[in-house]
Amino acid sequence: MALLQISEPGRSAAPHQHSLAAGIDLGTTNSLVASVRSGKADTLADADGRHLLPSVVHYGADGGVLVGEAAMALQVSDPLNTISSVKRLMGRGLADIGAAGARLPYEFRGDLGAVPRLQTAAGPVTAVEVSAQILRSLKLRAEAALGGELRGVVITVPAYFDDAQRQATKDAARLAGLQVYRLLNEPTAAAVAYGLDHAAEGVYAVYDLGGGTFDISILRLHHGVFEVLATAGDSALGGDDFDHAIATWIQEQAAIAAPDRAQLRRLLQVARAAKEALSTVEQTAIILRDVGLDWRGTLSRSQLNSLVDPLLQKTLQPCRRALRDAGIDPAQIRDVVMVGGSTRMPRVREKVGEFFQRPPLVDIDPDRVVALGAAVQADVLAGNKPDAEMLLLDVIPLSLGIETMGGLVEKVIPRNTTIPVARAQEFTTFKDGQTAMAIHVVQGERELVTDVRSLARFELQGIPPMVAGAARIRVTFQVDADGLLSVSAREESRGVQASIQIKPSYGLTDDEVARMLTDSMTHAREDVGARLLREQQVAAEQALAALDSALREDGSALLSDAERGEIEQQMALLTRLRQGADGDAIKREMLRLEELTREFAARRMDAGIQKALQGRKLDEFSKK
Amino acid sequence: MAITLSEAAAIRVKSFLANRGKGVGLRLAVKTSGCSGLAYVLEFADAIAADDVVFKDQDVTIIVDAKSLVYLDGTQLDYGKEGLNEGFKFNNPNVKDTCGCGESFTV
Repeated sequence: MALLQISEPGRSAAPHQHSLAAGIDLGTTNSLVASVRSGKADTLADADGRHLLPSVVHYGADGGVLVGEAAMALQVSDPLNTISSVKRLMGRGLADIGAAGARLPYEFRGDLGAVPRLQTAAGPVTAVEVSAQILRSLKLRAEAALGGELRGVVITVPAYFDDAQRQATKDAARLAGLQVYRLLNEPTAAAVAYGLDHAAEGVYAVYDLGGGTFDISILRLHHGVFEVLATAGDSALGGDDFDHAIATWIQEQAAIAAPDRAQLRRLLQVARAAKEALSTVEQTAIILRDVGLDWRGTLSRSQLNSLVDPLLQKTLQPCRRALRDAGIDPAQIRDVVMVGGSTRMPRVREKVGEFFQRPPLVDIDPDRVVALGAAVQADVLAGNKPDAEMLLLDVIPLSLGIETMGGLVEKVIPRNTTIPVARAQEFTTFKDGQTAMAIHVVQGERELVTDVRSLARFELQGIPPMVAGAARIRVTFQVDADGLLSVSAREESRGVQASIQIKPSYGLTDDEVARMLTDSMTHAREDVGARLLREQQVAAEQALAALDSALREDGSALLSDAERGEIEQQMALLTRLRQGADGDAIKREMLRLEELTREFAARRMDAGIQKALQGRKLDEFSKK
Repeated sequence: MAITLSEAAAIRVKSFLANRGKGVGLRLAVKTSGCSGLAYVLEFADAIAADDVVFKDQDVTIIVDAKSLVYLDGTQLDYGKEGLNEGFKFNNPNVKDTCGCGESFTV
């Protein structure tokens, strides 16, 4: 018996045609998947009841891939093959990660194309491929929980992600076999989860303090569109730093001079537990034991506050900066949305409330709020809502433009333009007789090409020779609903043109994606395997049901007890196998059941014909 | 006869209705389609029509149109889990056969 969900009036799907959609929060430390069921958004748990999937992937020498907790368990013993925080590398070239790369414990290879690869026991992998593993794991979880194939997903990305990083995220989804309805900015998703898209127009702040990163976004809701007025943050500040501060304090109190690795880990564990406990109680006991330690003490909330206050101050600086960039006064903020596990700490809420002069919104679990908002949006995009016109529009996060003479940036589409959008601008030649023009597409807010991000270059050739400034070259920028860009240039007098789909310098070319798709045949096999199994299970179920009713009708008349016993034994075996995951066994035993029942089927057919023929004369048939 | 809810189903329905924040109850119906004849419909109800029959069980208003009631009478709506998947089940005494997946049925 299939399990059903409650639909909106008139939105019930026909059998086997459910529009299953999910929202995915692809995080730096943890990832989540959520879906709307019976009108309610909820994150989906794995078989062990865990909602958060650590964004960690382990590559084994045997080609085996582990994702989540299982991978995290190997982080200490096998750090080189255990990839975490891969989000920081998405859409990045070797040059970008130079500084960060030195801090990361992985071996990079820059000799295999434009995209840097991490050397693992299973061969070189890209950040996109690692992310795809995480997405695939979430996809499997969602399909198990929703009982069907996902039609599409909404994936969240930080508001400051540029085109290359967004493209990389989409590539990862494609590789994982997911159709992306849309990429959604994380702060926007959080605001949607709180239903702020239905709230009063105005300016909202989203304060996102995760495990290892801090982001503040200032959003303005205007005509149902959230535009990002400003973002700021600190990519190396989060709850982990709080744990370190507490651990250092404990270390001082317990007079541990030089803790070894195991002791450090224990200190951090105890610190974290104390921090979490102090969210609900005023004072907590700290007990250090084993690993050569023996110390007892207590930590009060006020002591904790004095430890974390300096760190909290560090989050308020970006808040000030973001407000200044947005030209907004704290008093103008309508509401502050809290995102990230660290915002559970009462002190964080207190300080943020003080700064923005209003109590922040904390009702929704801050670890899940982004995924929940993405799920709500995915549900609308899948067409499960009657008021589908309530489509949330998104905006371009950073201005798009081209390089002009002298290394200057000419912006063609300014940031915060709602998408989809197309804009054109005319340019001309610089030199007499110039027959070609190099078009350099860039993204960013700065004025000099050296300060913005290079997305792509292409050339328009065949411009008729003219005096400088006479040619008219129309450059058109087009951004689709996912925020992805194509640029075309056309010379107006002769009509020659050239165009480029943004293959951002650091993203993947189609060829590379194609290659990765072939590479992932192993997963295709897994996918196909899963599909075949599902098909076998359904076929077995059908056969069993049909046989069951046939036995009820004619079993006692047409079969001896021994024959019937044999068939029923085989049915019991098949019933048991059907619950399992061995498709081949199901198929094998189904064939055997078919053999066993062939005689029964033949007898039923004979009996049926006899019944039909009984009491009729031969000529009644021959006439026809 | 009547349409009833199991306790688990009643708790879920109430929570989903409260979460939705509007509507008059839960609508159960059947429609023709699917691989084996009829399919269940389970929806939030925003209005009660003239030919609807209304049941009340554990504070939940259950709405069934007269035509569907023929196929549904005596049904108990249950809520359960199968692996990671969870959702509503129709325990319908009128059903003779379901298709392999159980999403459609014949009476």
